[in-house]
Order: sequence, then structure tokens, then C-alpha cells
Amino acid sequence: MTHSEGDGGVSGPSLMFAATPLNTRNHRLQWLFRALFGLMTLILVVPVGIIFGVLLVRGGPAISFEFLFSYPSDGMTAGGIWPALVGTIWLVAVSLVASVPVGVAAAIYLSEYASDSWLTRGINLAIINLAGVPSIVHALFGVGAFVIFAGFGTSILAASLTLAVMTLPLVIVATRESLQAVPMAFREACWNMGATRWQTIRTVVLPNAISGILTGVILSVSRTAGETAPIMFTGAAFFFPFLPTSVFDQTMAMAMHLFVISTAVPGAPDELKYGTALTLITLVLLMNAGSIWFRSYLRGKKKW
Amino acid sequence: MVVTDVKLAVRDLNILYGSQQALSGVSLDVHEHEIFGIIGPAGSGKTSFLRTLNRMEMLQENMTVDGSIVFDGHDISEIKNVYALRRRIGVVFPLPVGLPLSIYDNVALAPRLSGIKDKSALDEIVEQCLMRAALWDEVKDRLDVLGSLLSGGQQQRLTIARALSQDPELLLLDEFSIAVDPVTTMRIEDVLKELKEEITIILVTNLVQQARRLADRTAFFLDGKLIEVGETEALFSGEVKDRRTLDYLEGRFG
Repeated sequence: MTHSEGDGGVSGPSLMFAATPLNTRNHRLQWLFRALFGLMTLILVVPVGIIFGVLLVRGGPAISFEFLFSYPSDGMTAGGIWPALVGTIWLVAVSLVASVPVGVAAAIYLSEYASDSWLTRGINLAIINLAGVPSIVHALFGVGAFVIFAGFGTSILAASLTLAVMTLPLVIVATRESLQAVPMAFREACWNMGATRWQTIRTVVLPNAISGILTGVILSVSRTAGETAPIMFTGAAFFFPFLPTSVFDQTMAMAMHLFVISTAVPGAPDELKYGTALTLITLVLLMNAGSIWFRSYLRGKKKW
Repeated sequence: MVVTDVKLAVRDLNILYGSQQALSGVSLDVHEHEIFGIIGPAGSGKTSFLRTLNRMEMLQENMTVDGSIVFDGHDISEIKNVYALRRRIGVVFPLPVGLPLSIYDNVALAPRLSGIKDKSALDEIVEQCLMRAALWDEVKDRLDVLGSLLSGGQQQRLTIARALSQDPELLLLDEFSIAVDPVTTMRIEDVLKELKEEITIILVTNLVQQARRLADRTAFFLDGKLIEVGETEALFSGEVKDRRTLDYLEGRFG
């Protein structure tokens, strides 16, 4: 940079634009922070890149039509992952059906209806705490509440409900944040027209919060598909060579299957493990991509 | 003016935000078919006053109101169905609020909320309200465009059209011209003069001259108190009861 050019006894205007020491300092700081933030972003991306690279290289060759669509064989040291794949889709779907309506409704209540009292503050605190509960504790809760007390047995239903309880805070927090991002002026304008709270929520608030709500759903899909502990005792089977026919069946699941062949099956080829991991990540990415597409579709239709 | 013409009677109105008094002991009458101007510096309680008229204080947690407000012979604190009350009172805010809906839906929202579903009836309301708000010619070919994409001045006229779509008997305007250019302001002012043949208008304004142009009577608020209320022309010609009113009108304040 040649800030000093204009200093050499030239005419007035160029002096006026010469950098003062403060300008120079600000420029340097600006450059420094930009570099720093860029570096942090890079650090963030590196592990993701490595994980994908390794999985692609080592698991890629294992992926085949047969791998995806056939049953495990030879004591799970060969064959495919079809029942686990199907099982994971079941678990994600059933747990979304349980967690999204409850989470969204609770968030709407907390954000749009509840007044700011010690009770709502307590509820908000409870939600944050729920997010911090270790997944194995959720698993034990699931065993007690769904498997035994509700009498669902070890089943897709019990496992999915356990997962739903675990992902509820994600859905609630994301929904609440996106509801609160809708300008207050929109609500006031509606209320002034004589709209009830529900009319306001339906016509103005929800349509504008939907993309944020979907972000919460995306996060919870990833979390649901990847968790092992909560389903271990509640519905995921070690080896269950059938496709589930109802929510009361047990099922295999990808994350559980990966855990099992990595720790409990001597002689399972690495290729199989990497292939399973790659399929799991790809499945989650596909589900996310679907929601992201849907979100941008909704965003394209709006708004302010 | 005859006594029976009173559209809105306010007596001993006090407004508190927590323990802070925003308005104290305000009593005034607003007559049918007049434009009632309210002027006063920032923080004098003008907006709080408007908010109480359609009971928006119910939606604000720390806001308490006492005193009586009688609208069309009904004490509004005793009205159970506040939604019906709010539908009869249109409100326009200082900054335009183009709801993230199409132009058409912005104006059709209030009628729809009150249960009108018939497409041709809605079409007619939308056209009529946009015409009355002097916006129809500019938007009639693109009613399906988002209202929030219009310019600031257009959005404010859209807001007025939306307020009119409720078919209100009372229109509250809170410094409507802040984000509007002078030409549009004049057009809206002309609209208001026509509207007062049909409805009653309360106009809060920071522009003293706007009150002079439009208001039949004007009230001067200062520090949460009503200093005085009188015929606008009389006030501006110096017939004031309180010295401070004249100072404010002539810009010799503070």
C-alpha cells in the first residue's frame, strides 16, 4: 500500500486523502481480523473434508447395489445393510412425527402466548437442560417410560419416542428463535385489525417462520439418524434379519449396526464398516438436502 | 357541534408503563366526522393514547390503563369482544408495515379475517380501498406482487388501504407521513379530507402545519398531560389558554 505518496508536499486534496496513522492501524487490524476469521472457518472445514475423504476412499468401493439392498450374512461379516437402512428411515420418520408437532406447538405457545413469568422462564430452563442430558440417560429414560411403563416393549415406537424426547429441545429452540425473528410490527398490524392471536399466527407469523422451523427439523433429522445410545436398549436389534412391518417391531439401524460390526463382530472387514458409515452420512445428507431444497422453495415464495 | 355527535369520550385517562406514568388525567371528546389532531413533542403520550383506544394495552404486559373511554356510547373496558372493537377502529403506524403478503392479500386480509370469502366481494373491497388510498393506479396491474416490495410511500398508502378495508368508523393515524414524500403526503391528506365525510379520524402528527391543514380541532399533549384542546384555527390564530401551546405552535419550544 502506498499511503505515503500524497504526503510529499503536493497539493491540498491529495493530502486530504493521505492515510493518517490511525487509518493505517485500522487497515492492519481489519486485515488481521479478516485473516483470523478466515482461518477459523478453514479449521472448521478441514475435519469435515477429512472425514468425507477417508470414508469415500475406504468405503466407496464397498458401496454397490447389492451392499445397499441385501441382508447381512456370514455372522455380519459379509452381505449388505438393507434392514439397517430401512430401520433408520423408520426411526427417523416416526420420531419426527412425534417430535415436530409437539415441539412446534410448544414453541408457539412459549413464544406467542405465554407471558414472561417465573413459570415460562422455568420451562425454558428445563428445555435447555433437556438438550444437555447425555443420550445414554435418554436411553434409560426411554427404557423406563416407553419400553416398560407404556408397555411398547423394545420396538421402533419406543426407540423413536426416546429419540423424539432427545431432539425436542432442538425443534423447540429453533422454532422459538424463528418465531421471534418475525417482526413485532407484523403482529401488531394484525392485532389492530381485530385478528385473534391464532389468526395472526396462522396468516402472518408461521408462514414467515417456516424456514427457520425447518432448520430445526433438519438438525434433528441428523441427530436422530446418527444416535446409537438411545435406541440401543429401546428398539434397535443387534441382528434382526427382517424388515419391520409395524412400529411395534424391533429393527436394525445404521448407527447401531456400525457400532456392532465395529466392536462386537470379530473379523468384519473394514470395507464393510466404512461402507456403512458412508451410507449413513449420505442418507443424512440426502434427508438434509431434501429439507434444504424445500426450505429454499418456501423462501422463494416469500416474503419480506 | 352538538353533544350527540360525540364519537369518543375520554375521561380521566391514566396510562402507566410499570410505575412510569405516560399519560395522566386526560379528558377529551372526539366528534363524529371530524379530524381530531393531536400534537406534542416526543414522549408526550400521544402514541400511548392511541394504543388504549382499541385496547392494545391488553397485549402489552406492563401497561395499565384507568379512566373511562366511551366509544359510540359503549365503555370499551366493558366490551367483551375486543376483536369486534378493533375491527371498527383502523390504525396506521408511523412506519409502513407491508405484511409479507401480496398487495391483494394485504388489503383482503381484514375482510377475510371477518369472514368474507366471496371472491368478487373481496375484489371490490380491494379495488375500492386501494382507490381511496390513492394507490390503485400504481398497482392495479401487479396486485399479486409482495406488498413489502413497494416503495416506502406506496407501502404507507397500502397500510392506509388495509386500515380502510376494515371499513372502520374511526381511523387512528400515528405520524403517518414520516416515511412518505411531500407529494404523496399531500395526496393522502386530500384522501383524509374526503374520508372524514364518512368516518372519524384521529391524527397524531409531529408536523404542526399538518395539523393546521387537516384538523378541525387540535389537542396539545405535553409530558403526559393534555395542555389544551380547541378549534385548530383558533389555536393557530393565537387564542390559546396556555402560553406553552403557542410556544409549541410557533416553534419556540424548549
